[in-house]
Amino acid sequence: MSQDTVLEAKAVSKYFGTITALDNVNLQLSKGEVLGVVGDNGAGKSTLMKVLSGLYKPSEGSLFFDKEKVVLNSPRDSQNLGLEMVYQDLALAGNLPIGDNIFLGREPTKKIGPFNFLDHKKRKQLTEEHLSKLKINVKSADQKVEELSGGQRQAVAIARATAFNAKIVLMDEPTAALAVKEVGKVLDLILNLKKLGVSVIVISHRMDDIFSVCDRVMALFQGTNFAESELKNTSRDEVIGWIMGKKD
Amino acid sequence: MDHGEKRLMDKNQETLFVRLIPFFERYGILLLILIMIAVLHLLQPDVFLSWRNVTNIFKQVSWQSMLALGVFMVIVTAGIDLSVGSIIMLSLMGLAISSKAGMPWYVVMLVAPAIGFMCGMFNGIGITLLRMPHPFIMTLGTLYIFRGIGNLISGGVPITGFAEQIRVIGNGKIKLDVFFGEGAREYIPTSLILMIVIFFIFWVFLNHTRIGKWIYAIGGNPGAARAAGINVDRILIVVYTLCGFLAGIGGLILAGRTNSAYPNAGLQSELDAIAAVIIGGASFFGGRGTVLGVFAGVMIMGILRNGLNLMNVSVFWQQVLIGSIIILAVYIDVLRRQLATRT
Repeated sequence: MSQDTVLEAKAVSKYFGTITALDNVNLQLSKGEVLGVVGDNGAGKSTLMKVLSGLYKPSEGSLFFDKEKVVLNSPRDSQNLGLEMVYQDLALAGNLPIGDNIFLGREPTKKIGPFNFLDHKKRKQLTEEHLSKLKINVKSADQKVEELSGGQRQAVAIARATAFNAKIVLMDEPTAALAVKEVGKVLDLILNLKKLGVSVIVISHRMDDIFSVCDRVMALFQGTNFAESELKNTSRDEVIGWIMGKKD
Repeated sequence: MDHGEKRLMDKNQETLFVRLIPFFERYGILLLILIMIAVLHLLQPDVFLSWRNVTNIFKQVSWQSMLALGVFMVIVTAGIDLSVGSIIMLSLMGLAISSKAGMPWYVVMLVAPAIGFMCGMFNGIGITLLRMPHPFIMTLGTLYIFRGIGNLISGGVPITGFAEQIRVIGNGKIKLDVFFGEGAREYIPTSLILMIVIFFIFWVFLNHTRIGKWIYAIGGNPGAARAAGINVDRILIVVYTLCGFLAGIGGLILAGRTNSAYPNAGLQSELDAIAAVIIGGASFFGGRGTVLGVFAGVMIMGILRNGLNLMNVSVFWQQVLIGSIIILAVYIDVLRRQLATRT
């Protein structure tokens, strides 16, 4: 195990009734590492992500954050440990401005008398700082999310996930719904997160994504660890083979 | 900075018309009110802008505006409350019965808002806990239930005559002798002051508190609100409860204005409330609309009714006109949205 492991799953299994979704799966993630998780539909990628984020409890096995064993009862618990999930369906409110979306549920407030009011100025300032840190370009932090392109929305979703010093970000198909010219921007954003020391797990079907941002790739097949490799030691054809359950 | 340059370029490419859209979006409705006032003033120069007539309009809209404000919050969450007309009647009846029972006036005054509060909470709990497929169904049910209960407790007959202290809310006058000299006829209705205060409080609530922001978020994307850790069900119960509470206040105002609780009180006023909210620019699909817009929507309905009455236009034509305005207002909104997405 590497020195700076931030997240580890050991021998995790997940059963739904008689169905085995995950069988004895191991996963390890280092600081500032981008790990690609590939696999066919039903290979267990999404189930594994849901176990890591605390949405599902593993039937067997255990999770370690910063080498400490933890039990997650809800996504709140994993958030508190610095893990954020970027949902495939983006989970943004289109009618609200960018800043409101980034801070939704965690709005900065100020006290006036006995009441807490929204601190619009602070939210705007924090939003602009955070967007510029991630090098996300938008017209204004007050722009409504529904006016943004798919790629910009994905960027806002990622900005939302990382606004509170997340150490680990899970992304489920971050480029699936994007126009070709926008994919690059999102991939750049992932590399930016890496530079900032954030660890990222990317689930993707697209070999282009995997091979342009990941340090390491791991394949699941029918709920088990099938193969794993540093990116530099493998090839597209080999990884595609893994997805289909073929190994030389 | 290429960021700044890009922004500048976008600005130049926008036509004047497109740049005016946000202005109209925000103030267009106030412009419409000004036009209506101007036209009615030209048609009825002696009456329309007289102190008496203007205060009359405000007294009329004050109780209706309470319903509209409550229904507005519900519509922002992409819900609907059809029961507010029945809540106003039930709270009015409760007030009348407790008044007849000889309770002190300060207790009687609390009865109407308290009943409204409970009715609203009942709606909210039903919608969230019973997992109704749509608030339409729950509040359609309570539309019948609340009015039925109102008639059951009153025996289906009007109850008239309330203490002066109770009537102050709906019928009180703040004399303006200071400005117009001793014994002047000019006054400001208490209900207008109450309306302004309540609208201000709810404007602050919706725009400057976290719960207010969450109400808009739920209307925009309930899934996003849930993912952000917001307890959507709890917020919905708060919204329906406040809606009922406002209808109860409406009942209190109506009690003062009519000095009577009657079986048909508030009949179909839920539809007027919805109409005012829609004319005021709120989206029926949730997440969109402003408190100022609701106020404007209420005023448009009030001014229109008043003006048409002054000109002796039949009630039937009034119905046709108000219906047309609802459709026109929404159609303008549709056009505006098309233009906005095209740019």
